[in-house]
Amino acid sequence: MNDNAKLTVKFFGLFIACALGLYFFSYYVMLDAKERKGWFVFDPISHEHVKEPMEMDWSFDGIFGKYDRQSAQRGYQVYKEVCASCHGLRLISFRQLQDLGFSEAETKALAAEYNYDSINDDGDIEDRPGNPSDRFKSPFANAKAAAAMNNGKAPPDLSLMVKARPNGANYIYSLLTGYESAPAHAELQPGLNFNPYFPGEQIAMAAPLQAGQVEYMDGTEATVGQMSQDVVNFLQWTAEPDMEKRKRMGIKIMILLSVMTIFFYAAKVRIWARVK
Amino acid sequence: MATEKKEQEKGIIGWIDYRLPIISMMKHSTVDYLTPKNLNYLWNFGSLAGICLVIQIITGILLAMHYTPHVDHAFASVEHIMRDVNYGWLLRYTHAVGASMFFIVVYIHVFRGLYYGSYKSPREILWWIGVIIMLAMMATAFMGYVLPWGQMSFWGATVITNFFDTIPLIGEDIAVWLKGGFSIDNPTLNRFFALHYLLPFVIFGLVFLHLMALHTHGSNNPTGVEIKTKKDTIPFHPYYTIKDVFGFGVFFLIFSYFIFFAPNYLGHPDNYIEADPLVTPSHIVPEWYFLPFYAILRAIPNAFLGVVAMFASIAILLFIPWLDRSKVRSTKYRPVYKSFFWLFVFDCLFLGWIGGMPAEGWYIWAGRFATLYYFFHFLVIMPMVGKLEKTSPLPDSISEAK
Repeated sequence: MNDNAKLTVKFFGLFIACALGLYFFSYYVMLDAKERKGWFVFDPISHEHVKEPMEMDWSFDGIFGKYDRQSAQRGYQVYKEVCASCHGLRLISFRQLQDLGFSEAETKALAAEYNYDSINDDGDIEDRPGNPSDRFKSPFANAKAAAAMNNGKAPPDLSLMVKARPNGANYIYSLLTGYESAPAHAELQPGLNFNPYFPGEQIAMAAPLQAGQVEYMDGTEATVGQMSQDVVNFLQWTAEPDMEKRKRMGIKIMILLSVMTIFFYAAKVRIWARVK
Repeated sequence: MATEKKEQEKGIIGWIDYRLPIISMMKHSTVDYLTPKNLNYLWNFGSLAGICLVIQIITGILLAMHYTPHVDHAFASVEHIMRDVNYGWLLRYTHAVGASMFFIVVYIHVFRGLYYGSYKSPREILWWIGVIIMLAMMATAFMGYVLPWGQMSFWGATVITNFFDTIPLIGEDIAVWLKGGFSIDNPTLNRFFALHYLLPFVIFGLVFLHLMALHTHGSNNPTGVEIKTKKDTIPFHPYYTIKDVFGFGVFFLIFSYFIFFAPNYLGHPDNYIEADPLVTPSHIVPEWYFLPFYAILRAIPNAFLGVVAMFASIAILLFIPWLDRSKVRSTKYRPVYKSFFWLFVFDCLFLGWIGGMPAEGWYIWAGRFATLYYFFHFLVIMPMVGKLEKTSPLPDSISEAK
C-alpha cells in the first residue's frame, strides 16, 4: 500500500471513529434512560397503513396523451348527479364544457338549471339563471356550512383533485372502487368508512357509487368501475383543461430544439477543429 | 486616463462608442477575452446559470402582471393564470420548473468549483460572491414558493419562520417582525411578494460583480495551472460562445421535457390544495433543492443549534479558500482528496434523500452521520489531507497537459 492509500484509509478511519464517538457519547452520556428511546440506530420505521393505488392505463398518460372525451362527458354526468351534492368544482365554468364536446346551446341549458345571486340596478339581490360564463355552483354556502352538514369535515372541492394527490388519477380511481368492509384489525371510528387506499384507511365519505346509479345516455353500463373511470377522466380534464395543448406544443418544441442542438453541435465541432 | 486619447471609429457604432464605450467593453469581454483552451463541459454551467436567471426574471415579471398577492385571492389567481391567461400555464410551469433547473445548474457549478479548486487565490472574492448569490437564490426561491398560497407554501413558510423563534432572547421578536404578525398571514404574503420581486435584481447585480471578479484573473481550468503563454488560450468568441450555445440546446431539451411532459414532477401535490391554517399536512417537506439543508437542520436535537448548523453548512463555504491547505488547485492531481471529494458529493445527495424522509427510525442517525461528514469534510479533510497527501505531478502549462 502506498502512502496515499494509507492516508485515505487513515482519514476514513478517523471519520468512522468520530461517528462512533458521537453515537456512543450521545447514547451513554447525554441522555438518561428514558430519552434513549428513539435514539437507537436500529429503531424501526413506522409504516402508515395505506395501499398503493392500482396502476391503470389512461388515455391522457404519456407525451401523446389525450382526453377521452366520451368518457369525460359521462364523468360529468356522474359528477352532476352524484358528486355535486357534496363536492364543488369552483374553477370550472359551464362554457368550458364545450371543450368536452357539449354544444353551446347545451352549456347554456346546463347553466340555466342553476340560480345565481346578482345585484340589480336598484341594489337589491335577486336570483338570475346561470350563464355559460358562470362557474359551477358549490353545494354549500361556505366551508363551515359544508363541515356542519357533513359530520364536521367539509367535502373538498374537486377542481384540482387529480393534481392535489400523489399519483392522483390512479388514487381517485382506487379510492372510488376500493371500499370494502372493515377487517378485524381496524377499529372503525363512528361515522367513518373503511377504504384501504385512503391515508389512515378511515374516510368520512361513504362509498359514493353504486352500480346502476346513473343512466348513461350512450347506453354504457354504469358499473362502479365504469363510473369511477369516467369521473377520473372528467376530473383530469378539470384539473388541467390545457393539458393537450401543452403536450402538443411540447412535441413541436422538442423536435425544434433537437434539430437546433444538432446544428449547434456541428458548428461547435467545426469551429473547434481549428484549436490545436 | 485622459492622456490616452482614443480615435473615433467610422460609422454610427464608432460615433456611439467614442462617447459611450459599451461596444468596446463588450468586445473586450468576449472577443478579446482570452480563455484557457482546455475548459470542459462543466464550464458551461456558469452561462447556463445566467440564462436561468434571465428566464426566471422574464417569466416572473409576466406572471406578476396576473398574480394577486392576497391570502383570499393568491391561490385562485394562480389558477386564473393556469386557465384563463393566454399561455399562462406555459409561463407558470416554466417559472416553477425553472427554479428547479436553476438550482441543479448552480449546484453543479458549485461542485465544479469545489473539484477544480476555483475558490483558491486569487479567486476568493469571486467565490464569495458566488456563495452570496446562492444564498440570495435560496431566499428568493423560498419566498417564491409561498406565493401560490398552497398548503406547502403556507406550512413551509411556517416551519422556516419558526426557525427564528429558536434564537434565544430576541428570536420571537424577530419572527414577528419578519412575518408582520404572529402567524403567516396577509402581511407576510405581501412582503414575500415584494422581496421575491426585488431579490432577483439584486442577484442580477451580484452576477455582474461575479463576472467582474472572473474577468480580472480569468477562468480557472481543469488543470488548475494558470495561463502561462498566449498558446494556452483561445478567444472566448467564437470558441466558447458556440460551446455555450450548444450547452443551451441540451439544457433546454431537458428543461422542456419537464415543462411540457412532467411539469409537476418536481413539485408537491399538496400545493394544489389551498392554504388552510387549521389543517397541518401530515408530512411537511421543503422543495427538493433545500432537502440536504433540511436534513442538517433536523440532525441536531436542539432546534436553535439545528438552525445554526444549517446556516453554518452554507457559511462554511466562505472559508474554504483558507481551509483548503493544498498547494495544488485541481483535484485531478490530488488522489487522496479525490476519493473524499466523491464521498462528499455522495454525502450531499444522501442528505437530500434523508431530508425527504420522515425523521424516525434509522433515518435519524443516518442523517446525523451524514451531517457529521459534511462538516468533517470541510474542517478535517480539507486542511489535513491538503497538507499531507502526495500530489501527482502537475503539467508545466495548459498546453503541456494531455
